[in-house]
Amino acid sequence: MSAHAHAEHVTLAGRPMLGVGLKKLGMWLFLISDALTFATLLICYSYLRIANEWPHAFEFSPGILFSSLMTLILLSSSLTMVFGVAAAHDGDRNAARLWTLLTALGGAAFVGLHLTEWNHLIHEGVTPFENPWGVPLFGGFFFLITGLHMTHVVIGVGYLLVVALGFGGGKFAAEDVEVAGLYWHFVDLVWMFVFPLIYLLSVAPGS
Amino acid sequence: MPEISQYVEVERHAPPQGFLSKWVFSTDHKVIGIQYLALAIVAAFTGMALSLLMRIRLVAPTEPKAWLEALFPAGAPGGLMTPEFYLAVLTMHGTIMVFMVLTTAPQGGFGNYFLPIQIGANDMAFPRLNMLSFWLTALSFVVLVGAFLVEGGAPIAGWTAYPPLSALDGAAIAGNGQDWWLVSIAIFCLASLLSALNFIVTTLEMRTEGMTMLRLPLTVWGWFCTAVIALLAFGVLLAAGILLLMDRNFQTSFFIPGGLVISDQLVDRSGGSPILWQHLFWFFGHPEVYIAILPAMGIVSHVLATFSRKPVFGYKAMILAMGAIVTLGFVVWGHHMFVSGMSPYSAFVFSLLTMAIGVPSAIKTFNWIGTMWGGNLRFTAPMLYAIGFVSVFVAGGITGIVLGQPTLDQYFHDTYFVVAHFHLIMGVATVLAMFAGLTYWFPKMFGRHMNETLSKIHFWLTFFGVYAVFGPMHFLGAIGHPRRYAETTGLNYLAEGGADFLHMFITHSTYTLVAAQALFLVNVVWSLFAGKKAAGDNPWQATTLEWATATPPPYDNFAGRLPVVTRGPYEYSLPKAKRDFAMQCNSDDAVFAPEPAAGD
Repeated sequence: MSAHAHAEHVTLAGRPMLGVGLKKLGMWLFLISDALTFATLLICYSYLRIANEWPHAFEFSPGILFSSLMTLILLSSSLTMVFGVAAAHDGDRNAARLWTLLTALGGAAFVGLHLTEWNHLIHEGVTPFENPWGVPLFGGFFFLITGLHMTHVVIGVGYLLVVALGFGGGKFAAEDVEVAGLYWHFVDLVWMFVFPLIYLLSVAPGS
Repeated sequence: MPEISQYVEVERHAPPQGFLSKWVFSTDHKVIGIQYLALAIVAAFTGMALSLLMRIRLVAPTEPKAWLEALFPAGAPGGLMTPEFYLAVLTMHGTIMVFMVLTTAPQGGFGNYFLPIQIGANDMAFPRLNMLSFWLTALSFVVLVGAFLVEGGAPIAGWTAYPPLSALDGAAIAGNGQDWWLVSIAIFCLASLLSALNFIVTTLEMRTEGMTMLRLPLTVWGWFCTAVIALLAFGVLLAAGILLLMDRNFQTSFFIPGGLVISDQLVDRSGGSPILWQHLFWFFGHPEVYIAILPAMGIVSHVLATFSRKPVFGYKAMILAMGAIVTLGFVVWGHHMFVSGMSPYSAFVFSLLTMAIGVPSAIKTFNWIGTMWGGNLRFTAPMLYAIGFVSVFVAGGITGIVLGQPTLDQYFHDTYFVVAHFHLIMGVATVLAMFAGLTYWFPKMFGRHMNETLSKIHFWLTFFGVYAVFGPMHFLGAIGHPRRYAETTGLNYLAEGGADFLHMFITHSTYTLVAAQALFLVNVVWSLFAGKKAAGDNPWQATTLEWATATPPPYDNFAGRLPVVTRGPYEYSLPKAKRDFAMQCNSDDAVFAPEPAAGD
């Protein structure tokens, strides 16, 4: 509604004070609060993991290599996002759209693979309240934390599609692509905590 | 507007037409502020009705009342409230008052309405997000009250929702009330996060020319600090709520320990920790206290300066004190858990940090007194409420020092002493500041004053009323009266200590206090239509920007001309000035009489 007026107001009054746009600052603040939500869950997981006799290391299904491939794809999508933001700042709308769409594709591939993994684990008997390899809480934490992360990825894919098409069509500014990029990098960063804490600490060596 | 010496011209926008976009789904921060206030008033009267039920149950547990059975057939069969129903009422009273009144009115209500105007902006940074925040809050209130209507009724685990009582149906009563409670709180968390983000961006980025951070009114500092706390605290409560929802609905046991026996049945869960919930809850819950009180502190500083005709004593110290409260507020949550089996070493550290919060709180108190000291005091209704706040803040704060000692807390923790303490410091103090804010800003918001006589009668009834209600609770606590109990039949030491008389006295004081609040409501409604018209745009002769614009403020606050700010927020009684106040947007020429030319 009044984004235009605010931009003008900001220029007129010699703002913004922090040298960043309103949306970018807003996204940073959102990410801080979201980081606290994830941090809380991961700290609870770590605390209860230490407080309990945790399961013996086990093999993920289909396997840790599969999970690593998911991780690789998700992290690569951060790289394409960087190219997308750079192209957007250069004013190359077509390239920006392409890179952003590629990023969304990477996210969608991650979700597809992740759901496959969920399916495999459920067939092995892992549910939020069951875990064939030991303390049932592991199942609860696994599905809660990866599920919340996956929800973020799904929302991110939708967000990237809107931004890619909107920027390609001239509706959004380069900063909007950058703000979407902030969100996307954050989602990847969260995975960089989830993957070692949940996967690497639980997996059987040599599997 | 002659008060604005210099301005920056910005593009104007046509205000929305049509009832829905103007009053219901409005993106105008002023309308949203009024919506939040209306929600808070509805919630406050709901919460107050619940407290009446509790007081009636406490003094007459065996007297059947036909109207009770008519209203609550399940909760009061035969006209007698069951102990479970008492706990449900207690839980809902606490939840409604803390979340829907003390969190919404000071920040969502007054903050929304006045923060953008006081910093010289034409709206919040994200107006549509602002609207979303309000409607999510309203939704969460509806879901919360809806818990009364579902099978099993409202939850009984208290506003703190401690597991296992809150996590296992068998431990309490079967039903979905606790789930509705959790969903409501989760929605509330989202709304508060979005709102906090909006407040922070607005304060940092939308200030007008010349409005530096050290020229912000203390109200704005209060709202800003509150938003910082909310941004950091609500995300943690959200995570905790999700974990508890999973314990209730997906058979996980994050908060349920192994070996738990309920009604002679071994519970088939293990691995969790109920103490973990307490840590998560109070990591949010303690900062929540400051979410309520910081905006109140801001409003009180603002009002005291106006009616003492003096600058706020120690403006920068006030800001530093708020910053210290924000920081320390996040590291003292353990003092709610002294009786949870905490290591005495941890308790010592939490106790020390808790004592440390007394320092910035005392700085603020002395500065309020310093502000009034030697001032040209005007005892208007808002001034009385603000002074009442200082009194209650001290009374409630002193007992905080008592409860912050782990050894004393061992005795007092589960007694009425704690009830007295937090009602005075968190509830009553904040609500008195809300009354100060409403009577102070009413002429700006609606163009009419609230009736001064009715306001003063309401003030005195409320001021003595709250001491009459919560004062005796200290004594109840001292004789060891447990809190949360529906009745204490058989606890003879209480009767010997005089508990019956104290309870009766408290209940009758509560009737008076509630009647006084009805008087307040009458005053608001009557004044909206027939109150004395405000004299000009600045009836209190105050200095900040909300008094420089029209009454009520136009849709874009300053009609396209944002004031340029050249001075601090509280320049009252400036030497050599023409008037006893200088507005933030007054240039030196406007403030001072011209120097007589040499030789005259």
